[in-house]
Amino acid sequence: MYTPHTKADIEAMLEAIGIGSLDELLRVPDELKLRAPLDVVPALPEYQLRRRIEQIAKRDSGVDYVSFLGGGAYRHYAPSAISALAMRGEFLTAYTPYQAEVSQGYLQAIYEWQTYICLLTGMDLADASVYDGATALAESAIMAMNATGRQRFLVSRAVHPNYRAVLKTYCDGLDVAIDEAPLTDDGTTDLRVLAEMLRETQYAGVALQSPNFFGNIDTLDGEALESVHKNGAVPIGVVAEALALAALATPASWGAQIVAGEAQSFGVPIAYGGPYVGFIATTNEHMRRIPGRLVGKTVDSAGRTAYVLTLQAREQHIRRERATSNICTNQAHCALIATIYLALMGKTGLRDVAALNLERSRELATAVANAGVRLRFSAPFFNELVVDVGRPAGEVLAALRERGILGGLDLGRWYPEYSTCILMAATELTTSGEIAKLAAALQEVTRVGAGV
Amino acid sequence: MVQPELLYSKEHEWVRIEGDRATIGVTDYAQEALGDIVYVELPKPGRTVEQFGDIGVVESVKAVSDLFTPISGEVVEVNAALETDPAAVNRDPYGDGWLVKLKLKDSGEAKNLLAPRDYEKLIAE
Amino acid sequence: MSAPASDRTASPLIFELGQEGRATQYVEHGKPLRSFMPEGVLRDDLPLPDNTELDVVRHYTRLSQRTFGIDVGFYPLGSCTMKHNPKVNDALAGVREFAELHPFTPDDLSQGALQVMYELERSFCSLFGMAAFSLNPAAGAQAELAALLIAKKYFRERGETQRDKVIVPDTAHGTNPASAAMCGFKVISLKSDARGRVDPAEIRTVVGPDTAVCMMTNPNTLGLFEERIHEIADAVHEAGGLMYYDGANANALMGNTRPGDMGFDLMHLNTHKTFTIPHGGGGAGHGPLGVAGHLVEYLPTPYVVREGDRFRLDFDRPKSIGPVRSFWSNFAHVVRALAYLYANGAEGLTKVSQYAVLNANYMRVKVAEFLETPYPEICRHEFVASAQQLKKETGVRALDIAKALLDRGYMAPTIYFPLIVPECLMIEPTETESKETLDGFVAALRDIIETAKTNPQELLDAPVTTVVGRVDETRAARQPDLRWRPPR
Ligand SMILES: Cc1ncc(COP(=O)(O)O)c(C=O)c1O
Repeated sequence: MYTPHTKADIEAMLEAIGIGSLDELLRVPDELKLRAPLDVVPALPEYQLRRRIEQIAKRDSGVDYVSFLGGGAYRHYAPSAISALAMRGEFLTAYTPYQAEVSQGYLQAIYEWQTYICLLTGMDLADASVYDGATALAESAIMAMNATGRQRFLVSRAVHPNYRAVLKTYCDGLDVAIDEAPLTDDGTTDLRVLAEMLRETQYAGVALQSPNFFGNIDTLDGEALESVHKNGAVPIGVVAEALALAALATPASWGAQIVAGEAQSFGVPIAYGGPYVGFIATTNEHMRRIPGRLVGKTVDSAGRTAYVLTLQAREQHIRRERATSNICTNQAHCALIATIYLALMGKTGLRDVAALNLERSRELATAVANAGVRLRFSAPFFNELVVDVGRPAGEVLAALRERGILGGLDLGRWYPEYSTCILMAATELTTSGEIAKLAAALQEVTRVGAGV
Repeated sequence: MVQPELLYSKEHEWVRIEGDRATIGVTDYAQEALGDIVYVELPKPGRTVEQFGDIGVVESVKAVSDLFTPISGEVVEVNAALETDPAAVNRDPYGDGWLVKLKLKDSGEAKNLLAPRDYEKLIAE
Repeated sequence: MSAPASDRTASPLIFELGQEGRATQYVEHGKPLRSFMPEGVLRDDLPLPDNTELDVVRHYTRLSQRTFGIDVGFYPLGSCTMKHNPKVNDALAGVREFAELHPFTPDDLSQGALQVMYELERSFCSLFGMAAFSLNPAAGAQAELAALLIAKKYFRERGETQRDKVIVPDTAHGTNPASAAMCGFKVISLKSDARGRVDPAEIRTVVGPDTAVCMMTNPNTLGLFEERIHEIADAVHEAGGLMYYDGANANALMGNTRPGDMGFDLMHLNTHKTFTIPHGGGGAGHGPLGVAGHLVEYLPTPYVVREGDRFRLDFDRPKSIGPVRSFWSNFAHVVRALAYLYANGAEGLTKVSQYAVLNANYMRVKVAEFLETPYPEICRHEFVASAQQLKKETGVRALDIAKALLDRGYMAPTIYFPLIVPECLMIEPTETESKETLDGFVAALRDIIETAKTNPQELLDAPVTTVVGRVDETRAARQPDLRWRPPR
């Protein structure tokens, strides 16, 4: 327990209130009294609760396996200075900075975060964060609907399947229909079919992800962009691996007016799925449709530079049922972590990390190809690639697991046509030794006639 | 401050009727109550609006209020200057701070509006 | 105070610091990007600053010193439950097996993480009287949205698509109506009675065949317990609607009475309020969503199930509304919340809410000596005061009181919420604060009210001890400057 109350305190306070006992203070009608004892985990002193949870943590953990898992959550190096700074109590235990005068530090950090996201995406403005990449896409779709007044949305099948599923959950609530643009045989969005769909149907927005779920560069070309413009739909760029923004042409450069992304790659622990940090960046035209908090620069009563939450009339606490979104608590602390990561790495470090990701993933591609496993696609990729193992991917992954390797994702889980394919990621943390180990194991388990 | 040559609605909008044209804004009383106006959202030209129907919103830092048109018609012009200078509504609600111009549908609707003296009474309450 | 009073020179932006090539090197240098990819897909420049680690450390340390958290001082922010965030929670969230576990790790190799989720879920079910909890939602508002999606689907499957109204009291938090709108529901706002409660008779006049959900919190946002909650729930249920419990105020009843027993069908918790998850300057939060038996099948996917002594993520739930987020939960917070449960146990949690209510009532009677308290009766974990009378007499508003508190080293209470109380100050001390801290705050507030009567200008000018004075919000909104731009 973390309460300070002594017996004498309690008595003095009850007396001041003019009431006899704590029970009286919390009196409820009879029918609301507890009828049975509560079944909650037992109370333990700190050293024992630590032991208990550390023990649970060690139960059947895959954390020490050689891992090629990616698919929207990436293992990247986070400099030690990040947690030393971000875990400072002033940051960690603050609430949303409603009182600007005693929150200038955090507000400035968020203003820096907004700026970093703008510089990386090429957009005019970015919000203070949304929950994650998937909800960033869903909220962007709602922005597009509000901008166009249309109730139909187009998304590429190469967008992360979890993002598409969340998009559907949100759209169901608003009775918005979703169409999916098909894939080419090379693991990218079929832009010809996309253009056709745009000729036939009016859409609120069109979403493409680059690098897409298969790791491939996947953007609108000039012709496709023109059909989006003719249609009147809002082009949306989805980013699940934010590190790619350090290397690739910005979403703005291929026409995106909204960028919906996930910034976990910037130093945020992978932590079994969260908390991560979604962002939405957009053009000035859509400024008042953006969901979530925004920090603006202004002055104080003496004319000094100051920061403050702004354009709040968009938000639920003021506009209630007509707000741009219901989001209140966001992912500020993860945005802070990402900001500190970007500050530490700098342009030079970020480029280096991007280059190392390109290098290791190409090393991986070469190694698996030499092991006799086919690369499924030939499109340019960032740090993930798809291999076709020629038999059910699940079997091969299980065999790799027995050899201490998490080989990647079984694409059949989301794409029945790719049930013999595995999505593999390599980052700066992937070593040549690990790649060699995987290649050897793959060769062994995919050898013709090998029982897996 | 109430202007003698205008008509008013109970929702604190004013209208100036000149032939088949009407100019609409919010009253001095309204701008005072709203506080510093930071943004005005107006209808697109070409839209037809119904008397007392909502045509947009005004935002102050901590509040949002609907705008209602005192009279029906087709929007022919909106005050684009408010986009960069919403403070004009506070500064000069009956002049530079006007909101939209309408082509009137039915000038007979004017009978549903308040004369300056009646509006003065309303805000004195 | 959060920063030395002398530190009032503007802090440059990180973009205004550094020199290209100066960044501390954390990884080996990579080859030029063009050696891996066609030039056409690459970006031209990357206009980010290069700073040494020392410069970055000083920069963000300085920013932290210009930020007020619970670790700095008393934080009586109503509705936000800013209690002490135990440090052991952070230590456990950071253990390698949790912090480095990839969300796509197969269930067989994530048993520890799944067990943590399971233990937390089961404990929540017992504590709040629900059949199941989804730990997926990232915050309270997202749980509200998920709950309303469940309601929508539930009624659709029962052929009751005419149920398109969500009832919320006028004291409700803004997320309640905003979430309803995101599910296409129309919002009916319900007037509170003179005692600040929802009158069951009033509910009966608005419920009907079009009622989908009634969203309430208990105690409500005035800090008052809705004793007649059963009658309200009965009225909504008889009309065929569902009851939703906004658990932002769960710190007032945890371990003492249960929303499930009050007749609620759906509820959320804000573990970043009640269960000591650090709020992190705005998030990340965590909003577990609880449901009664008849709604379990609709919970978002995935849901943790136990089979013998093994656990797995169940994605195959045909009636589910679907997933609401990229991955399974804000897992680091699940670990923290479970650590907090272990630190307290059932008995401890029961005491937590008792002390929270004790602290709030103690402050309420002390504050009532010099400031209007519009609902002068036993409250729960928080209470509201009003500066309306003071404003009439002196021109000093709730906002000015808030700023004056900053000058005296305290975080301000929530102001101007709930909307029905003019010049509202909503004060929530939480159970982790000592009598001495409460007395100190009350004395500061008393001093402010006296100053209002003798020297109001001092309050209108507040704050003066902070790194900046009162911030110009109007300018910020009229001329939005939302980012730094590189000089041309
Ligand atoms: C009463 C009430 N309901 C709902 C919410 C929304 O919760 P969250 O911020 O976790 O989305 C809050 C939090 O501010 C609240 O105080």
